[in-house]
Amino acid sequence: MDLKEKLLSSYLVFEDHVDIDTYVHNLRNDAIKIFEDKGFPTKKEEAWKYTSLNKILKEDYSVFPKQENAIEYNDVKKYFIHDIDSYKIVFIDGKYSSHLSQTTHDGMDICLMSAALTKPKYRLIIENYFNKAATKDSLPSLNTAFSSEGAYIHIPKNKMVEKPIQIIHFSTGNESALMLQPRNLIVVDENSHVQIIERHQSLTNSPVLTNSVTEIFTNKRAIVDYYKIQNDSLNASLIDNTFIKQKQESVASVHTFAFGGNLVRNNLNFYQHGERIDSTLKGVTIIGDKQHVDHNTLVHHIEPNCESHQDYKGIFGENSTGVFNGKIIVEKEAQKTNAFQANNNILISDKATINTKPQLEIFADDVKCSHGCTIGQLDESALFYMQSRGIPKKEAKALLMYAFSNNVLSSVKIPEMKQRITKIIANKLGVNLGFDL
Amino acid sequence: MLKINNLHASVEDKSILKGVNLEVKPGEVHAIMGPNGSGKSTLAAVIAGKEEYEVEKGNILFEGEDIEELSAEERAHKGVFLSFQYPVEIPGVSVTNFIKTAINESRKAKGLEDMPAKDMLKLIREKADLLEIDRKFLSRSLNEGFSGGEKKRNEIFQMAMLNPKLAILDETDSGLDIDALRIVANGVNKLKSKDNAVVVITHYQRLLDHIVPDFVHVLYNGKIVKSGTKELAHELEEKGYDWIKEEVNA
Repeated sequence: MDLKEKLLSSYLVFEDHVDIDTYVHNLRNDAIKIFEDKGFPTKKEEAWKYTSLNKILKEDYSVFPKQENAIEYNDVKKYFIHDIDSYKIVFIDGKYSSHLSQTTHDGMDICLMSAALTKPKYRLIIENYFNKAATKDSLPSLNTAFSSEGAYIHIPKNKMVEKPIQIIHFSTGNESALMLQPRNLIVVDENSHVQIIERHQSLTNSPVLTNSVTEIFTNKRAIVDYYKIQNDSLNASLIDNTFIKQKQESVASVHTFAFGGNLVRNNLNFYQHGERIDSTLKGVTIIGDKQHVDHNTLVHHIEPNCESHQDYKGIFGENSTGVFNGKIIVEKEAQKTNAFQANNNILISDKATINTKPQLEIFADDVKCSHGCTIGQLDESALFYMQSRGIPKKEAKALLMYAFSNNVLSSVKIPEMKQRITKIIANKLGVNLGFDL
Repeated sequence: MLKINNLHASVEDKSILKGVNLEVKPGEVHAIMGPNGSGKSTLAAVIAGKEEYEVEKGNILFEGEDIEELSAEERAHKGVFLSFQYPVEIPGVSVTNFIKTAINESRKAKGLEDMPAKDMLKLIREKADLLEIDRKFLSRSLNEGFSGGEKKRNEIFQMAMLNPKLAILDETDSGLDIDALRIVANGVNKLKSKDNAVVVITHYQRLLDHIVPDFVHVLYNGKIVKSGTKELAHELEEKGYDWIKEEVNA
């Protein structure tokens, strides 16, 4: 039985377990039909031209883990940004771990999707927001059909959330192969500010496929800083579908640090519903081996006087492949839009590949849009310069790559987070430099 | 300290140095002059260990050791320093972090611990003052958006920090106004001692008014065709290079 059939039949079982009267149930039913109709995307679709799911779909994934698994904090501490106080929403093989989590209902809700989907007090929020930003594409629909667990965050107005929130999904490898479909909903009301860190971490080499959906709503003047750390094992694949719907004067940024896994696809979509909105999409990709990372971004400028800033840096070694597909749509009404996009890549191996494609659809006539893609190698004259000052070639290369990523790192607002990323990069490059850039 | 014997070098199969002989002893200042395209910068790059240059014949001895097989960083660790004609911009790495890394990598190569942060800071301040470098300048990205004068001052600042035995200054005077020239030359002079040596590569005589050479060599068509004292530099300034070319071709 192939994965699609398996998922369709599992849906029938899943349906038995959930409350069939809920508003969400109808959405799930519609969603599974979309998935049944469309199936998994293939390379024939323009948006998937350079990323094939074929290989990873061949695994015999279990869709519902059979048992609950526990892990000790000390064994996984290193995957947390542990030197700061934070809220934590932690899942093990898709199941909530109260042991590792630290949630709150004190003046805001930082808790679980399963609670939000079933308890009446959340019903209004669910009806107003759930599945209102996600598209009807096949993978988000598949997630919607099975949506039951994930992070639920609702910050009411005028609230500055002092501590960052860490959302971490661990997989233990107790199943020979596991498919996870976390579903996150984040609603930030007027004038509030929240910082969120998300990570998916496989603790063994068993194959894992995660098809995640995160919907984020930033209301008037709200600020959201979202950081994704993707540094998973070589058998873990991630399809991340993130949808951000912004209201006027809100500021949202997503930083994606893609250090791999097996296959990673980031579908990152921003929709600007209001004036003077600011959207930032930044990423650093450093991969090797046969890793594949695909950034597929969309910024939809719908109203006037908004800005968007995209800056993606990629360093590709060995047989790795990268894709950047950045789409900007500026609607006719969206005058005075300022949209900026940059994608710079360095290939450090003859066998690495990058496909980069900006896509601009501009219907307004008074806008500033700029985009630029570069693909190059490390600058030999810069390497000789550094070597002539006594810096060995390996360290010189690392320093250049650090420097190359620096624009993206410099806008990370949590210092401990920045330090951690710097360390991961140094580790990735096999050097130990005595400072942060 | 430096002994170059019958050095032939090429880049991409194009022969550039065609038999250079040069000996530099501790405490000496040598100037290498010559018309454009004579091989001056190539000679500097070959001594510093640029990989693209192929040594075809002859050798370079540094303190008696043949350094041909050594990488550029190994030569730097032994005390060779090259001040670049066109220093490379490295956005995202501050002047301070760059020089810290350079110093600690050199120490590491000698089996020493990193320099304590306090000592490093003191040294940086001392050398920055020597080159009349503003503190704010030190936190800027290396050479990014620097003026010609700032780049060259930064080169000599790094030289001061690394304290090399042999400093090769490749066209350090190009792009400098008279004040910057004075500051740079003053820095070099203060760093001079009986134990180290300086090779100044220049097209013009004006830098040599400030850094006074013991010997002046003329490089033409890949060979040193004439050597003399500082008076030779004055003669070249007055008469140009044509008479040298005629002498050689005669």
